[in-house]
Amino acid sequence: MTSHAQAQLHPIRIYLMIWALLFVLSLFSYLVDYFHVEGALRWSLIILLMLGKASLIVAVFMHMAWERLALVLVILLPPALLLMFVGMMVLQSDYTLAIRSAFFGTGL
Amino acid sequence: MAQTPYSQTGESSPQPSPGGMTGILRDWASDRQTFRQVPWGKVMMWVFLLSDTFIFGIFLLAYMTVRSSTPVPWPNPSEVFALEVAGQTLPLFLIAIMTFVLISSSGTMALAVRFAYARDRRNTALLLLATALLGATFVGMQAFEWSKLIAEGVRPWANPFGAPQFGSSFFMITGFHGFHVSVGVLFLLIITRKVLRGDFDLERRGFFTSRKGSYEQIETMGLYWHFVDLVWVFIFAFFYLW
Repeated sequence: MTSHAQAQLHPIRIYLMIWALLFVLSLFSYLVDYFHVEGALRWSLIILLMLGKASLIVAVFMHMAWERLALVLVILLPPALLLMFVGMMVLQSDYTLAIRSAFFGTGL
Repeated sequence: MAQTPYSQTGESSPQPSPGGMTGILRDWASDRQTFRQVPWGKVMMWVFLLSDTFIFGIFLLAYMTVRSSTPVPWPNPSEVFALEVAGQTLPLFLIAIMTFVLISSSGTMALAVRFAYARDRRNTALLLLATALLGATFVGMQAFEWSKLIAEGVRPWANPFGAPQFGSSFFMITGFHGFHVSVGVLFLLIITRKVLRGDFDLERRGFFTSRKGSYEQIETMGLYWHFVDLVWVFIFAFFYLW
């Protein structure tokens, strides 16, 4: 057995726990819709549950928690650029919406 | 290409890698293979997944842009994807089941990787097969969802519920994700066959890459599969719940 295989041989209990936790978090995010939670509370709950599930999958199922920091940073830092892109496109779509409303009227 | 086993790193004594900044500096500055003791195939899979992250990220970004720039009201996904079960309308019911199916498949995949490293051939094959079946179930339910929406008149250019961009975003994002799941199912079946045949115990060379078979390949397969589940987490949050 290679040293890598030994390094990634984690107890089954961890996987089962994370699996159950993912079920619970998914149930909660479904309940957000089921009970028609609205406004800022809805959006923050959606984001929070999403990030919770995503980090559990990446950290445990994809073994990121046990990887070398050099690899973790190479994979996890670049997607942060997307956030900057999101900011740019929010400004852009605000502008587009304003132009559309001005030219086509708000009733379209 | 030379067949150098990736676990061999030239270090005489295997010592625990230093963490933090020291570890990063040592990995990058020691003038040799950067991610020591990480299998080559795994690093390449991560690089592929990083590029895939940008593809899906940009799809979701495009969806955000069209949704927030249209003056026409966006269709309410809670109602569009509602399903009538036993005379009761349940919001997002099918999507919720699809989410649970995909999470279950992620769980079986994680256990398959665990049993693969313990060199338990039978359990690994069974769990891989279960993962493939759950993945196929997911694709089947997605096909049902697509047919339902198409029958209701949703098209990439128009739909009866509101903003026309809804259709194009929906078909593009879920279609690309469903394609990923389908390809994953195909690869899961190929890997299951290899496990059952004992390729990874006998180090039989792959027909395409002619690299020696190793149970590490199951972890690489697992990375792809968990990524598909990961993308669904974001699609579920931003497209179906928002």
